[in-house]
Amino acid sequence: MKTDANYLYLILAMGLVTYLPRMLPATLLSKRKIPGFFVKFLSYVPTAVLAALLFPGVLMVDNKLNIGPSNPLFIAAMITLPIAYKTKNMFATVLVGMGIVMLYNFLI
Amino acid sequence: MHSDKEDFIFGIKRAIPIILGYIPVGFALGVMAAGAGLSPLQMALMSIFVYAGSAQFIAIDMLSSGTNAVPIIITTFLVNLRHFLFSASLAPYFRKIKQNFIPIISFFITDESFAVSITDAEQRALCHTYYLGFYVTAYLSWVLSTFIGATLGSLIPDTKALGFDFALPGMFLALLCMQFKNAKFILIALVSGFLSIFFIYTIPGNWNVILATIIAAMIGVFLSHEN
Repeated sequence: MKTDANYLYLILAMGLVTYLPRMLPATLLSKRKIPGFFVKFLSYVPTAVLAALLFPGVLMVDNKLNIGPSNPLFIAAMITLPIAYKTKNMFATVLVGMGIVMLYNFLI
Repeated sequence: MHSDKEDFIFGIKRAIPIILGYIPVGFALGVMAAGAGLSPLQMALMSIFVYAGSAQFIAIDMLSSGTNAVPIIITTFLVNLRHFLFSASLAPYFRKIKQNFIPIISFFITDESFAVSITDAEQRALCHTYYLGFYVTAYLSWVLSTFIGATLGSLIPDTKALGFDFALPGMFLALLCMQFKNAKFILIALVSGFLSIFFIYTIPGNWNVILATIIAAMIGVFLSHEN
């Protein structure tokens, strides 16, 4: 392992390069008028990000596509999808889904 | 407008599903860090300064294989570039909060905190205290679980059996359903989701989220011009 001082410089640099893209757009754009095209683009970002995070999470196991009964997260997602769509309730969706995965791991 | 205190408490409540998701992932990262020779303090310091799950996994993997600092820093930057989009998306909602807090609040933007708070911000105006209560709570849970993971190592109980690994996907699923204002949004979600999987197979280096998001959101812009 690296020496303690080197490690500290490393994580400070990692922190800085992570912080700048997090901070600059919010700080600069919140004071300016954003062009219409970009506003339209940004309105689709949450939907696109959520799907881009969700799909690999429930349709893949160990970075391989697994859409079937051997993937408990896929099963849980399929069962909770109507709950999520109907109730729009984050807690209910998460808790029911966790219960399904727990039951799945217990039974299978 | 709700009071500062009400929004602070509301924010803390919104962090709960994220905490459930961060605990097992943080534990796993801590265990991996201990295996790579990091002390619990070193692990905690990385979480405190960087606070970005996937980048930390990659960095620890690179550290344990003896990679130099510069490639690790560049990789961290690239993997975390997607926050740029999140930050830009939050900017219009940050107009109404105390401006001095924006540089502080934006430090805590992650996939998860962004996804929940952009949904909340679309519903109603939020005070800066919402973001502080929410973001700092999620942050502490991450720092603590990575620290505990590195301390206990292989003594960590199996959170997988308890279904914890569904916490974040379940949260994303519920939040995604809230975005479905019309069929166009469902189409964009399907395009982005499958593109994300496609990019995992075709492009190494965690580019899937940012690439899928940009392409799918561009398609959304194009479709709205067609109408």
